[in-house]
Parts: sequence; C-alpha cells; structure tokens
Amino acid sequence: MSDDSAGAKEEMMTIIAFSGDLDKLWPTTILASTAAANGMDVTIFATFWGLFPLVKDGEKIGHDSMTKMLGGMNAPGFGSAKLSKMNMGGMGKWMMRKVAGKSNLMPPEDLFEMSLDMGVKVWPCQMTMDLLGIRYDQMLPGLAEPAGAATALARMSKSEISLFI
Amino acid sequence: MDVTKTVDATGQKCPMPILMTAKAAKELQAGDVMLIIATDAGARSDVPAWVSQTGNELVESSEEGDVLKFYVRKK
Repeated sequence: MSDDSAGAKEEMMTIIAFSGDLDKLWPTTILASTAAANGMDVTIFATFWGLFPLVKDGEKIGHDSMTKMLGGMNAPGFGSAKLSKMNMGGMGKWMMRKVAGKSNLMPPEDLFEMSLDMGVKVWPCQMTMDLLGIRYDQMLPGLAEPAGAATALARMSKSEISLFI
Repeated sequence: MDVTKTVDATGQKCPMPILMTAKAAKELQAGDVMLIIATDAGARSDVPAWVSQTGNELVESSEEGDVLKFYVRKK
C-alpha cells in the first residue's frame, strides 16, 4: 500500500482484536480496511474471543470436553458473532444485520475479506489457539503465522496507532 | 477538467467510499484526476481526510442535495 505515499515511511497501526462480538467486529474491520486505504501498514492481532470469528463456519473446535463445550456454547465463525448488548438470544444480532444490510453497511466478514485483500496482516494468538483448541487449518485462509504477546508488543511499540477492541 | 476515472460510491456507507477510492487510486498515474461521487454524509470529511493522509490533492468539491462530488488529483 506504499504507492500512495511514495518515499515516506509507512505509518503503522496495530489492533488487538480481543472481542468476537458482532458490534465490535465492525470497528475492527472498518478501521483496519480504512487504515490500509490510507496507506498504513496494518496488523490485527486476534486473541481470546477475537479468534472465534476467524474460524471457518462449521468447524468443531476444542481439544477436550471442556474446550469442546466452550466451542459449542460460543460457535465460531463471523456468522455466529453475537451482539455485545441486546443480543436477546440472537434476535438483536439478526436485527442488527438486517438494519446494516438495509443501510448498505458491509457485513464485517466482507470488510475483513477486503482488509486481507488490501494487505492487512492478521496474526492469530498462538496461546489462545492452544488454550481453546483451535487449529491453524480450521481458520480462514489468508491469515499470517500465529504469534505471541511479545511479537504483538514489539509491533505496537513501533505503531503510531494501537487499539484494543 | 479531464477525469480519468470515476468512483461511483452512491448509496455506499462508510468505509466503502474510501476503500473504493483507494482501489481506484492504485490504477491512476501521477497527475490523473478521479471523480468520487458519494451520498454518505461521512464522506464530506472522510474523502478530504483520505486525500491529505495519502498526500494526494483535492482539486475541487461540490455538493448538490445529498450528492457529494470530489475531484482528486493523484500525486
């Protein structure tokens, strides 16, 4: 994305995507794609609940009974993401997607796809993957290699903008 | 004004007008002018912000009803 700011050092943005909630996936994907459009070098470090949307639809996650149950109660994939408030058993989520569609707001899964196309790097958190039993091959294509907290911090220390969403 | 490319973001919501603009800008040569048409009120400040962030030039902008038009020269 450097062709729009030839010669200048690319500014960096790092987003720690902690939440897997639908209403927080919007700011994550909107800011990531827009920063890439602005010519910034963008990385999303996906950790804890933020990892769930990055799992392919229909994948069964978990490496033992507890983590399998967790995966069952909190189904992975963008399509399963709930609202952080007023989810009302899925009704709120359904309404929010309906309203977004009517108003021509792109769904976060599309914005995520566009972000990847624009060169946004997505680092899944290795520790969370191990903790919750999520394998790399169960995740969406196009993600970068899993990384840890030190890698994320090293990048944040060089980033003009760092966000925790 | 010679317009090399037109980005029609009519009806598109944030951040699409900017993503479409950035994509189109990649296909322009330095000096080319693109016309961006948007109806999202946020574009009124977003397009100029994108222009300054990317070091391009806002040549002209206009507003007719809900329709915003921006002429941007690629640097």
